[in-house]
Amino acid sequence: MSIASTAIKPAGSSADRPGTRKALRNHKLAETLAAWSLAAPALVLLVALFFLPVLAVFAVALTNWHFGARTLSFVGVDNFEQVFADDGFRASLINTLVYVATVVPGTIMFGLGIALLIESGKSLRAFYRAIHFVPYMATLAAMAIAWEALLHPTIGLVNQSLASLGLPTSNWLRDENTVLPVLAVIGIWQNLGFAMVLFLAGLKAIPQDLYDAADIDGADLWLDRLRTVTLPMLGPVSMFVFIVVALRAFETFDTVEVLTQGGPGHASEMLLFTLYRESFVYLRTGYGASVAVVFLIIVVALTLLQARVMDKRVHYQ
Amino acid sequence: MSIHVPMRPALFLRHAALLMTSAIILLPFIWMVSLSIKPPGEMFGDHFSFLPTQFYGVENYTQALTRVPLLRYMLNGVIVCTAILTLQILVCAPMAYVLAKMRFPGRELIFALVLIALLLPHEVLALPLFIFASKVGILNSYAALVLPYIVSPFGIFLFRQFFKAIPDDVVHAARLDGLSEFAIIWKIMVPMTMPAVVAFSIFSVVGHWNSLFWPLIAVNDDSLLPPPVGIIAFKNQDVGVDYGPLMAAATIVVLPLIVAFLSSQRLFIESITRGAIK
Repeated sequence: MSIASTAIKPAGSSADRPGTRKALRNHKLAETLAAWSLAAPALVLLVALFFLPVLAVFAVALTNWHFGARTLSFVGVDNFEQVFADDGFRASLINTLVYVATVVPGTIMFGLGIALLIESGKSLRAFYRAIHFVPYMATLAAMAIAWEALLHPTIGLVNQSLASLGLPTSNWLRDENTVLPVLAVIGIWQNLGFAMVLFLAGLKAIPQDLYDAADIDGADLWLDRLRTVTLPMLGPVSMFVFIVVALRAFETFDTVEVLTQGGPGHASEMLLFTLYRESFVYLRTGYGASVAVVFLIIVVALTLLQARVMDKRVHYQ
Repeated sequence: MSIHVPMRPALFLRHAALLMTSAIILLPFIWMVSLSIKPPGEMFGDHFSFLPTQFYGVENYTQALTRVPLLRYMLNGVIVCTAILTLQILVCAPMAYVLAKMRFPGRELIFALVLIALLLPHEVLALPLFIFASKVGILNSYAALVLPYIVSPFGIFLFRQFFKAIPDDVVHAARLDGLSEFAIIWKIMVPMTMPAVVAFSIFSVVGHWNSLFWPLIAVNDDSLLPPPVGIIAFKNQDVGVDYGPLMAAATIVVLPLIVAFLSSQRLFIESITRGAIK
């Protein structure tokens, strides 16, 4: 409001004069026009690149279209029935949930643990922080290839080390019992630096007073201070880390594409890979779109749910 | 934060634990670089070591650079990331300014649209964007790689948060000085919020340099592949166990961002936290 009133001042001091009112109206109109025209490029692009496409996904999901085919027909919710009747998709959904349920707690635990260790002393803080953050920056497609070499059945360091200790080795990425846990380990490896950095920022924001107060209350053991001050104060940051890491885990694609192609069998198939393969490799567009819709619903539901929880928790400060 | 002076054993344990986790974190990098300087024969020995007895780095790296157009992939990465970032800033800053500093009917609606767009995962949009790009005939071009990212809801949101923190008086004074809204955005708001620009640039460049999903869909012409797709093309072409050159190529792809990060890690980490938390 202050904008209009300031800009209006030169027009005249008495706001009661009809001319001034007209000027005010004109000015408001001018400001509205200016605002909309400045917002227009981004707005048009948001509609064209986000909203029309998302509507299109829903529409295509109701058809039997194969990309490139000249004809398509409306099949209603047939695709969704197919999707949920498909063993491959069910495996993909379950794998994704198991993967997320492993990566999220793993990332938070290690991220928080490492952040606490780094903050518990003064020396080499920046060094440790940087090292643990490196995987977050590294191109995952390329690092997946490095992991493949590390896990290689014969020339990989992992099996070579196990063998030299007389322990059993494994073909980690070709064994249906190990492949998903291994992908989860890579997921944790990639994300824990991000969690760590956010926890470090959260730790820095805790006022020293609270620790002093805890001291007076007799909480002088490290563990007591952790339980009574540090962890509760990290609540909001933890919620944020939780959402971001969960979303990143749901969107896991690179490691599946590079390392396993969803195999062996369906053992490492995950939602985004299924979406990619159906839509862009098999070109089953209608079916792929319905997988996209399922994926979208899960991700949006998760975000909204967490946003609500976060809203409730954040206010205690 | 100074929580009590830790006792010596605790101090020792801290370093022991952190050095161990650091080693685990770095292991894939070390193994990658190690294989990239080993001759093929040495990879298969019974005993292993990180350093080769015969340095074979020159051969492996030369092969990585000549068997596939690796430098071309890197150049594509630079072109695409630069184009995306430039367009994003040009498009998002005015929108953010409008949402932060102007009062007009429809503002709430526009902001709601930005927030909803922020919720939509990009992979879901890939299918219609692929169909669109194919109909328009821009698949297999730089345009296809850049198109979906021209506008960034996150960018709009981040810039808006920073612009809001600038006092309204600054904007009023600029208007009284006769600056146009357009000039206020580019001569005042953006320069005053350089930390936001830096934070956003880091997010954008890191995200798009590393991204695989859309480029895999949008281009298949060898001369257009960005680094992540290029490295996969190299891997697929190389069905055997010629690990040396492959690891050399992986190292080259990962290197630019890691070097940028290590040489200004404070800036990177502060920007990431600021962008994430703001």
